Amino acid sequence: MENFLQQLINALTLGSIYGLIAIGYTMVFGIIGMVNFAHGDVFMLAAFIALLIFLALTQLLGLASLPIAFLIVLVVAMVLTALWSWAIERVAYRPLRGSFRLAPLISAIGMSIFLSNFVQVVQGPRNKPVPPMFTDFVRLTDGPLSVALSYKQMLIMAVTAVLLVGLWFVVQKTALGRAQRACEQDRRMAALLGIDVNRTISLTFVIGAALAAVAGVLYMMYYGVVNFADGFVPGVKAFTAAVLGGIGSIPGAVIGGLLIGLIETFWSAYFSSDYKDVAAFSILAVVLIFMPSGLLGRPDVEKV
Amino acid sequence: MSALLSLRGIETYYGPIIALRGVDLEVNEGEIVALIGANGAGKSTLMMTICGDPQARKGEVIFAGQNITRWPMHEIARAGIAQSPEGRRIFPRMSVMENLQMGAALASPVHFADDLERIFTIFPRLKERAEQRGGTLSGGEQQMLAIARALMSRPRLLLLDEPSLGLAPLVVKLIFETIRELNARDGLTVLLVEQNAFHALKLAHRAHVLVNGRVTLSGTGRELLASPQVRAAYLEGGHAAEVPHEF
Repeated sequence: MENFLQQLINALTLGSIYGLIAIGYTMVFGIIGMVNFAHGDVFMLAAFIALLIFLALTQLLGLASLPIAFLIVLVVAMVLTALWSWAIERVAYRPLRGSFRLAPLISAIGMSIFLSNFVQVVQGPRNKPVPPMFTDFVRLTDGPLSVALSYKQMLIMAVTAVLLVGLWFVVQKTALGRAQRACEQDRRMAALLGIDVNRTISLTFVIGAALAAVAGVLYMMYYGVVNFADGFVPGVKAFTAAVLGGIGSIPGAVIGGLLIGLIETFWSAYFSSDYKDVAAFSILAVVLIFMPSGLLGRPDVEKV
Repeated sequence: MSALLSLRGIETYYGPIIALRGVDLEVNEGEIVALIGANGAGKSTLMMTICGDPQARKGEVIFAGQNITRWPMHEIARAGIAQSPEGRRIFPRMSVMENLQMGAALASPVHFADDLERIFTIFPRLKERAEQRGGTLSGGEQQMLAIARALMSRPRLLLLDEPSLGLAPLVVKLIFETIRELNARDGLTVLLVEQNAFHALKLAHRAHVLVNGRVTLSGTGRELLASPQVRAAYLEGGHAAEVPHEF
């Protein structure tokens, strides 16, 4: 029982990070029908940006308060990463819009390679250690197999929850969110109503990247190490999460992320950690056989 | 009277295929102008060319003194042209209210409550359905919503593409009466595309007949209604018998 609880906490932590990344995949797919393969590397880039800012703040500038440093890192990483993603869309995807469907996809793979190589060149190929932070934890039960909830895990879940509420509000209640949903459903009609479609698409990339940046900051803090290749596996997992939840659906991406986190963690805990990825992808395959558009996805057929 | 919208020698292509072969047309402030013609004559293409997608390959679209031919779609909308397009294009997964809010995206939020009330007075049906998803509305309700959505932006020029298509006669009547009223009371300028030539010609101050991408006949609504060519081509059967009673 204790083991189960502990694994559940670990799984939700991991799932939160996957979910945050998955939202970027799903929103971009929803609005322009393209899989942004560079998104995982944007996440990795954010982790590096966060580490560099954190080191600059604490070691160069001597900022002593960890929570304040963390907050600054979070905000600055979100802004800078969003800027990167905005530029990527502007340079690598927008000129190809209206071209054949595979063109932006190939361009995205190119951007993915570019980003990871860029980080490898400027930051080196080795793992970068992150100074430990928020190392305290709370014991939820006593005994030999006690359940511990670390401050980091609490922070990850809390930040994710707050962001999800914020995102829900933006998408459902603001003019920007309405414009995004309108572009998703009928871009030409949205333009007829005076919506600047290109701007809306840019902002979608910006929002997705900002959330991936938060995931990157949390990931760096949680695992205590970052590497230029870290964009790939979490990126693929988050993409899987988006597909599992039904690509295009934001709640789907979150549920998909949590599910992938659960499957992976529990498989590692009860069976073998060697096959945790096999387990996650097998579940994806099974779900897609029976629900081809994912858990919360919308079938393509639509009454007009 | 100066023209609010004038088209000069518009040629529009879909790839290599020509759809409009040099259309000239003017819409004056406060007028209802109808464009009638058979399927495939280029009516909807003309409406979309005015809105900038597809753009005219040759010719000019002048709106309120500005050459908007090469403007992006959203800029044209911002200049004051709203369209209720062919096929209605309601956002299916948004509520009626959200569809109307999208329509008001360009209008100042100060007017929203008033405009909404005005729309709900014209189409009380939409008020009942306010929270329902656009995709679940009937065809007639969707058409009302499409017109209402276009009106929410407080346009200087309203483009209506086949507002009567597929609707029950009673609904068609309601929609045409609404257009007439908006024009008479608020001075709304309307460019109307219709296959339902009889209703359109009765409503319009002036009208043009589009055949194969060209304007072949122009005149006042009454003139065209009386024209033997128009009667033979567009009014025979169906409504033609009614015409004498209406005059």
